[in-house]
Amino acid sequence: MRRLIRFAFDDVRPADEEVLTRMGMPGDAPVAPAVRTLLDDALEKIAALAEPRGVFQSISKADYEMVYRGEGRNAAESPLELIAPRAEALALFVGTIGENTGKEIRTLFRKDDPALAMMLDAFASETTNRVAEALSRTFLHELHGQISAAARVLPYSPGYCGWHVTGQRALFAAIHPHDIGVTLQPSCLMTPLKSVSGVLVAGDAAVHRFRPQWAFCDECRERDCGPRMASVRS
Amino acid sequence: MSFDKLRFAIQDGDAAAAKTLTSALVDSGSVPAEILNQAMLPGMSVVGARFRDREIFLPDVLLAARAMKAAMAVLEPLLLRDRVPSAGAIVLGTVRGDLHDIGKNLVSVMLQGAGYRVVDLGSDVEPDAFIDAAVDEGASVIGMSALLTTTMTEMAAVVGRIRERELHGRVRTIVGGAAVSEAFACEIGADAYASDAMTAVDRVKAMMAANPSI
Ligand code: B12
Repeated sequence: MRRLIRFAFDDVRPADEEVLTRMGMPGDAPVAPAVRTLLDDALEKIAALAEPRGVFQSISKADYEMVYRGEGRNAAESPLELIAPRAEALALFVGTIGENTGKEIRTLFRKDDPALAMMLDAFASETTNRVAEALSRTFLHELHGQISAAARVLPYSPGYCGWHVTGQRALFAAIHPHDIGVTLQPSCLMTPLKSVSGVLVAGDAAVHRFRPQWAFCDECRERDCGPRMASVRS
Repeated sequence: MSFDKLRFAIQDGDAAAAKTLTSALVDSGSVPAEILNQAMLPGMSVVGARFRDREIFLPDVLLAARAMKAAMAVLEPLLLRDRVPSAGAIVLGTVRGDLHDIGKNLVSVMLQGAGYRVVDLGSDVEPDAFIDAAVDEGASVIGMSALLTTTMTEMAAVVGRIRERELHGRVRTIVGGAAVSEAFACEIGADAYASDAMTAVDRVKAMMAANPSI
């Protein structure tokens, strides 16, 4: 199964609070009128500029094992080695919001408007994460009837949780996301910058559960595995 | 007219007021260097301190930076005319193979807010281009940014080239970016690391104090 999906902005629009959190504001901090104006201006821009789209492609466990192995630089032990074999279905994915928002962010910086540039950047990053979530929902929907009713889909990405970022090369060789306009640079960076990649894993809450006590957890800047695991508990 | 109004306009992130007040101060005969040193830089300094104490947050800091820039647009030609030296020059860029520049741009905004002249080379910058720019611009500090572990290795190439070109000690390096750490900076022999833009300003200040120009 291979699906290419173009999303409406509203399907992937992050909540205001998520954008403000990405901007480093605590959830309970009052939002000053000037900051609210920035948020509204950034929303207007991203709604006009974002072209959210993604592709996913089913993959067998055996083939995924090869992709995961990549260039042999993964952590010696990692959660995906336990999660993937227990999955009910797997699909590789790449998602993006396109290049236009990034161009506008750079223009705003050049025009000496760092505040709006940064707000738009935070909006763009969160929207890109929502594209991965929307792809997860679509994959789950497509699997309806073929997997257990308790199964939930979560995206896992190279560069996180012990899956080395050089794993991007095997992933791109397997999925070829040219049709959504995402390319991989020799440095493993994707262009457009606001893109995400990885594997969609379908399984019940127990499949996605792990203790964040791996060697690499100390270096992780995200630490969002707890909320992610909680999100699939029904 | 007192400098306080301008200082408050910058602290409050009111760009329009900052611009008008700066023009009014200039028209009333205030010395440009004094406007900078007694109103604008202290304003940004208060903003930095409040941010550190978590009284205000990044959007507020960026609004203040926008106000600072608006005031600077009025003042800059006059500072040049009066040959007022900047606090120092720093070359900034995102390393070869990397295009993520938002973090670097933030560092640039904060350094300018602190009175430094920033020579921003953009992204995907070749190692020698950093060093050539430092030599040409008389900058004693090079700042490098990278997003991924696969691109941050380029920072080592720049540090290596500084040694090969026998500029070590005269040109210092500071590194940062999401995947970069203090340990990595140490490992490659960079002179400093900062995890965020505010800390970057402190580190650069310390480096410039020891070594203001090349
Ligand atoms: C938002 C985000 C994204 C967004 C946007 C990315 C972008 N470049 O625009 C999206 C969702 C698209 C994304 C995608 C990916 N991401 Co990401 N992402 C992040 C996140 C959460 C924040 C990065 C960010 O934009 N911060 C905001 C800016 C302003 O901060 P900054 O750039 O770090 O800059 C600050 C400091 O670092 C410092 N600084 C920066 N430069 C400099 C320079 C100097 C001289 C100094 C002194 C200081 C300094 O000051 C700045 C201001 O405070 C980080 C984790 C984290 N919390 O840092 C992961 C992170 C960078 N991502 C990571 C990864 C792996 C990826 C992907 C590869 C995942 C995937 N397979 O899809 C992709 C790659 C995208 C691509 N194009 O190739 C990893 C990288 C680890 C690694 N192994 O290299 C990180 C570190 C998460 C982790 N695992 O811990 N990502």
